[in-house]
Amino acid sequence: MPSVEPQMTLAYYRRLFPWKSLYHWLNHQIPPTRLWTHREFAFTLQGDAYLRWNSFKDADDLKREVCRLNPSRFEVGAIYSGRPRDKKTIRPNLFVPNLRELVFDIDMDEYNEVRTCCSGKQVCKRCWGFIASAVDVLDQVLREQFGYTHILWVYSGRRGIHCWVSDQAALALSNESRWALVEYLELVRGGAQSEKRVHTRYKNGLGAMHPMLSEALSTLQGGFSDLVLEDQDCFRSTEGWNKLLRLLPQDDDIIATLREKWEEQDSIGEPSSSIDKWEDMRREIKKISKDSTRKKFLSIAVEEIVLQYTYPRIDSNVSKTRNHLLKSPFCLHPSTGNVCVPVDPARIHEFDPTNVPNIEQLLRELDQLIKEDGTEHHSDWERTSLAPYVRLMDQHVAGLMKEVRTANRAAALKGTDF
Amino acid sequence: MFNRSTKKEKEKDKEKDGLVATHSPLAYPHRLNFYEEAPGHNITLEQFEMWAIDRLRVLAEIEAARVRNVPDGIKNIVNAQCEKYLMLHPNSDAASVELDTERRKDHVSHFVLRLAFCRSEELRQKFVKAETDLFKVRFLGEGTKDRAAFLASKSFGPSGQPISDDDKRLLKNQLMAATSSIKTDTDFESETFYRVHWTKVTDLVASRRVFIRGGYAYVPSASQSSIVLQAFQSRLTAALEMTARALPSLDEDDRLLPIINHFSQGFLAGIAGEHHGGGENSYGETVTKDMIDDMAKKHFPMCMRNIHNALRRDRQMKHQGRLQYTLFLKVLGLPIEEAILFWRESYANDQKTQDKFNKEYKYNIRHSYGLEGKRANYPARDCRSIITGNPPGANESHGCPFRHFSTSNLQSALSALYGVPSLSQDMSDILNAVEAKQYHVACTRVFELTHDNQGMAEGESVSHPNRYAARSRELEREKLARIQDKTKALTLTESDGAPSEDVSMLAGV
Repeated sequence: MPSVEPQMTLAYYRRLFPWKSLYHWLNHQIPPTRLWTHREFAFTLQGDAYLRWNSFKDADDLKREVCRLNPSRFEVGAIYSGRPRDKKTIRPNLFVPNLRELVFDIDMDEYNEVRTCCSGKQVCKRCWGFIASAVDVLDQVLREQFGYTHILWVYSGRRGIHCWVSDQAALALSNESRWALVEYLELVRGGAQSEKRVHTRYKNGLGAMHPMLSEALSTLQGGFSDLVLEDQDCFRSTEGWNKLLRLLPQDDDIIATLREKWEEQDSIGEPSSSIDKWEDMRREIKKISKDSTRKKFLSIAVEEIVLQYTYPRIDSNVSKTRNHLLKSPFCLHPSTGNVCVPVDPARIHEFDPTNVPNIEQLLRELDQLIKEDGTEHHSDWERTSLAPYVRLMDQHVAGLMKEVRTANRAAALKGTDF
Repeated sequence: MFNRSTKKEKEKDKEKDGLVATHSPLAYPHRLNFYEEAPGHNITLEQFEMWAIDRLRVLAEIEAARVRNVPDGIKNIVNAQCEKYLMLHPNSDAASVELDTERRKDHVSHFVLRLAFCRSEELRQKFVKAETDLFKVRFLGEGTKDRAAFLASKSFGPSGQPISDDDKRLLKNQLMAATSSIKTDTDFESETFYRVHWTKVTDLVASRRVFIRGGYAYVPSASQSSIVLQAFQSRLTAALEMTARALPSLDEDDRLLPIINHFSQGFLAGIAGEHHGGGENSYGETVTKDMIDDMAKKHFPMCMRNIHNALRRDRQMKHQGRLQYTLFLKVLGLPIEEAILFWRESYANDQKTQDKFNKEYKYNIRHSYGLEGKRANYPARDCRSIITGNPPGANESHGCPFRHFSTSNLQSALSALYGVPSLSQDMSDILNAVEAKQYHVACTRVFELTHDNQGMAEGESVSHPNRYAARSRELEREKLARIQDKTKALTLTESDGAPSEDVSMLAGV
């Protein structure tokens, strides 16, 4: 049973959805360009039918169609060589995706094996810590290493986050480059059936870690103890600490020592906390002489455990190809009714997924406004709790539009030269 | 003889002068070739076909080596194959060998195969990968002088600026950590780093072998070949797309099309020049949904049993697993109606799941059977694509257990599902093969163990889950037939059936 009724989404699209912001964000300037007219939109209708290959003249055109069809959500796709709505009349091999924001999707599902507070579809402020750590790392890598500046983070409405990179260079990336970038980033590999999922060293030797990984590690290390040890208490249970031991070098004596100690604690029904266990392990490692190979391997294993629990786990298929669709910012999540709002990466740790603008609350606020004014307006978002999020989006868009304007002006000057 | 060897002009009428370099007496001054100009000479139809087949043999071996994932293996395989089919001698052998002849063969065969492989995205990708591997081995094996001469002739332009000594000193730690070939300070001192945009060296980026800052990769001169290889790859990809677009309008003549079709089909099936017709299900026997549980135990390779068991256990399956299994069952001979019933029953019987099934999964199943969307006849995934495709994430069950399970899980699964004793020689054989990344060898060993030491036919190894299942069923059938023959022999001591066929044949003469 959907918790969001069709008339609620319709009221939302009519009166609250920030169409202009969305348009400017995707189009980069005021007059419609191919970035808009050749862009694919896909609708999920209330009966779950899925309509692909829509494209629109301008923002009003999109709004009109959305209000007519009243989809439960809609997705934004790539910019094609032709208008997606004309797809059937264009020769298939001439209809190809040309440009596309670089997108990432991080979903709590991937963290189910490491989080202890919630399971399944639930999410709380506590397990959001995993997502927040992932955003810290990914945002930093994209900005510092790949040099992107126009990065938008959007809450996915339930238990994940999306990232959209709109730099010109990112739009133009080939599938090949996207694939390489994802490979560069991906670290936690292997499915449910593999245990040790992180390897950081070349040929599993003793060499140095790639600078990207050591930077990520130093970003994550601070939060690890708060998140994994204290808050999630991942190693308290027998299952939890067994998993920890399986991540250490399997031929090392330290495992037997620790196992003995922790089994004893379990047997008397007093399992120690994760912080204590982590400390037990550190103490054992400290005992080993400094420059031995054994110690080096153990230290590497400890680093890799931190990464296995907190390094970003992205859904790589979303990022690897240009034609992948992703839910539009400011859509409603069909089962929670939460608005997919932009999030400031600098304040990601303060974000609370259980406290975002929700359709029911927004409509109540609107009713209140009508009572006060006696009339109904369009684009009423400015006077609801959606406002700060739309402003965040507009700020982001302003930076993007400014850059395009400067580039256009430079091109125009060049054009007058000859 | 001569009247058969029809003269054929190549697709583009480029004249030879494009190829003749002014400073060398050879038409092909370099052994390496970027294949930028189409060949412009006349060749016979036989040459057209034979040369291409020879090249195809080399490429097919490269493909196979990729699946087997043997370290350094590709190099040895390419060299061995090239010696047989596509030898290119260095310039220093000019006195004893006709360099131009073999280089022309290399050139022409490449372009013939372009025609064969340009027509679908899948074919293009395979071709580009194999050709790039071939070029890579040749490029790295080329003498320093010849390589430099080749590169000079290609006018690559400046492939990035060397970084200043100050920058180098500033970034020393990061640069050393990112470059595994540099171990000591002296190595570092003598190395020059170039600053190039990261999209120019995607393979170095993908394998995290280069330091990246502000969108630029800092490439050590030792890895510069990566830039050349990438240029080769991206140019070839672009050229193939061009050819694909031009092909329909080329008014192709019907002498070439059948040959070309034949090449690409053979390559897709994994064996050069050998045409694979219809599916594996050639027994004329349909499989029903009720047979699957039983067949899974007797005939399925581990990847499919793993999916099957996960489906029975969880009563749900993620998309990739559904896709891998649906296609497998399709080729096994499960008709569409049975497939829908099978999947519907496999899912949890609550309203929500069943609704989702009707809306979404049913469409996917029909799509796999070529009944929806673009109605393509999708082949079942072979081991190569299962092994190299998307690895399974948490909660997913597709993929190859030998590749994607941890050793301990693999071991317990082998004992539980196939009865391989944990501490046996067989188990350690299998795990050693896995360790050496020879997943198909491990899988073949499991097959032999569970089939009275009979292997796949003709010493082959497992290359396709459906071939595994088909061979397993074939062996069972043979076994049954033997038992029946024995019982027949016991009941019917003498056959009274006259050799009627022989008689009628004689009568016909």
